[in-house]
Amino acid sequence: MASNIERDHVTGTETTGHEWDGLKELNTPLPKWWLYTWIACTIWALVMFVLYPAIPYGKSYFHGLIGFSTRDEVAADVKAVQAQRNVMMSKVGSASFDDIRKNPELLAAAQTAGRLTFANNCQPCHGAGGSGQVGYPALAAGAWIWGGKLEDIQQTLTYGIRSGLDQARDSQMPKFGADGLLKPAEIQQVADYVETAYFGLKDKDATPASIKAGEALYATNCAACHGDKGEGNREVGAPRLASKVHLNGGTRESIVKQVITPHLGVMPNWNTRLDAATIKSVAIYVHDLGGGE
Amino acid sequence: MERGEVAMTHIDKTKPEIPSTEEEGFMQYFEDHKKVYPKTVYGKVRTLKWLVLGLCLSVYYALPWVRWDRGPGQPNQALLLDIYDRRFYIFNLEFWPQDIYYLTGLLIMAALGLFLVTSLFGRIWCGFACPQTVWTDLFMLVERLIEGDRNERMRRDQQKTTLDTVWRKGLKHIIWIGIAFWTGGAWIMYYLDAPTIVGRFWHGQAGSAVYGFTFLFTATTYLLAGWAREQVCTYMCPWPRFQSAMLDEQSFIVTYRSWRGETRGHLKAQKNNTSGIQYGDCIDCGGCITACPTGVDIREGPQLPCIGCGLCIDACDMAMKKVGRPTGLIAWDTLERQAAKANGLHLPTHFFRARTIIYFAAMSVAMTIMVIALTNRPLVNLSVLQDRAPLFVRIADGSIRNGYTIKITNKTHEEAVFHLGLAGLDDATMALSDRHDDRLRDLHLSVGPDQVGSFRILLMAPDHGSSTTFDFALRNETTNEHTSYHAVFLGPGSAASERHNASEGVH
Repeated sequence: MASNIERDHVTGTETTGHEWDGLKELNTPLPKWWLYTWIACTIWALVMFVLYPAIPYGKSYFHGLIGFSTRDEVAADVKAVQAQRNVMMSKVGSASFDDIRKNPELLAAAQTAGRLTFANNCQPCHGAGGSGQVGYPALAAGAWIWGGKLEDIQQTLTYGIRSGLDQARDSQMPKFGADGLLKPAEIQQVADYVETAYFGLKDKDATPASIKAGEALYATNCAACHGDKGEGNREVGAPRLASKVHLNGGTRESIVKQVITPHLGVMPNWNTRLDAATIKSVAIYVHDLGGGE
Repeated sequence: MERGEVAMTHIDKTKPEIPSTEEEGFMQYFEDHKKVYPKTVYGKVRTLKWLVLGLCLSVYYALPWVRWDRGPGQPNQALLLDIYDRRFYIFNLEFWPQDIYYLTGLLIMAALGLFLVTSLFGRIWCGFACPQTVWTDLFMLVERLIEGDRNERMRRDQQKTTLDTVWRKGLKHIIWIGIAFWTGGAWIMYYLDAPTIVGRFWHGQAGSAVYGFTFLFTATTYLLAGWAREQVCTYMCPWPRFQSAMLDEQSFIVTYRSWRGETRGHLKAQKNNTSGIQYGDCIDCGGCITACPTGVDIREGPQLPCIGCGLCIDACDMAMKKVGRPTGLIAWDTLERQAAKANGLHLPTHFFRARTIIYFAAMSVAMTIMVIALTNRPLVNLSVLQDRAPLFVRIADGSIRNGYTIKITNKTHEEAVFHLGLAGLDDATMALSDRHDDRLRDLHLSVGPDQVGSFRILLMAPDHGSSTTFDFALRNETTNEHTSYHAVFLGPGSAASERHNASEGVH
């Protein structure tokens, strides 16, 4: 192999004797310590190969002699963080809302827990940031049906709405249309009144006479729960009608539909799925979305 | 050997023999380490090298101990790179992690400076200021003081081991390790308060990282300056390779003036010249080779292992003075001038060339930008992140609300109250999200010393249909330093919010 060694006339260096299509390689030798360092590194690598997980075989792998596993490390880290979190959350659980507000550390823990729990559990219906959708209240808007104080939110979260529990928020609206309590023409009159008086809609078809008839029908049928001026009643969970934000959409169709066969939403009780401290945290998060009272 | 005496021995003038006859196979591609025994020289270059060495080492060892008053509760070390607290203190400058681009600027300036100096004067960084050169020089001084000069050291290594050799070598290594330890320890002091860490170190209270890094830098200093030496420059360092591209025929590099020196010949041969050879000034004494810390022969021209330290200049001048010939046979000169001299021409120097002017201009631009950026560095910083989900909320009274997370950086050393106001959006009110009933036109936000305060702000405004731009105006109520952030208040009329309405089905 090294038979064609010759001296290169330009550099005065000899060649290695190798030749590839006329290209020759100069032999500028590395020092031997370089070679020894390379050998030492190779041995080091082989030792690491044996000590640490390195060789895959099929669905499993060689675990190495010292039993190192990054997955175990992650599991241990997660456990440590969980333990740390438990300390904070037990404090959140036992403190009052006022005390949590006063303690920045507790507040930060509660806000974080609330934000994450909301995203995993509440967001599908109530929207990111509590923006809501038709039939699901916009929590950030401040148009509360059952109350927007921290304690109210906590209560709603714990026992739910129409969840079947005794403590649950519960209310019924009669099926004025389906059960024949109001005739179809009367329903149109009520709708004419509600959309112009409370929803702020401008409807050319709503005549003053019709609105007046609707007002009378509203006073006898609706005002008991929704209030004389459409202000709603949180005691019975009757939504405020005189608002710019509406649970079932702010259209005339939604009014008519709701009077004929009311949509009565259900919110599950969360006390079986989340612990008390987490529910408290979600209450704080929801309250701080901007609508809280 | 007496001072100034010209060494005539141990010079191998011939090219290395072809080794293939003896070393067959794989090992022919590797060569034995040839130990270099640099000889002491005296002269202007050597004196300059001692001065640079003294300056560099003094700065390195003493700088961590320089104190600088920054007020109570703040570190009083002039140069402190506090990794743990993420603050760099450099005299009266303080850098936060987000200032890291100043480091980029500094590195760009350093790189351009190095390019400029290299294209002007060759590898003077390598030969004078590089830590590898400085510490190797220091270690060689220790070696010389204990084991003697070149010839004595060579004799020792060739002789049988005697008690004298053992204690001298032992003492040398002890001193080397001592210097290395001091060097490694000083490195740590740049990252932690020097007096504190020294105390903790000797009481065994420093962290494992401190002991680990001290050991690491002690070991590398000892190995690189004591054992590896020129091997670092020749085989490990990328800089010699870069420099080949930066030098040109007008760069002042250490050169042998062959037009004057050749034909070389021993003094004896020159005196008894009977063969009619036109001898030059070079008396082929080998002084330049024995003085070289990397073991090269400068007479072969510019070459990779030459670090441009110029010690061969001193060695040659010593020899020239001894034989009564003019000095400067080896000197800093340009290849262009050498070539011209060989033809009897004298060329002027070319310090101003396209290459040096461009390097200098680029370096000046980088420096100007750095200085301007540094002097105008704000001590207050405001960043605003607008809520993306939802983009806006229509609240019960029909008005629109946007949410923002704002971060206020307080780089002063006192707790500060910041005044946050709105420029534009005249009918809007502002509230903190956890006290959103207090709707105000401006907020007073408190941020601790040296900290970043994070606040969630809600902005409420009547529904104007479309989006509006406005500014958050922030002012430190104590120092009056102010800044602003241009932001958008999103409403239902904007394109983004129409998509929002369509997808959410609201209203």
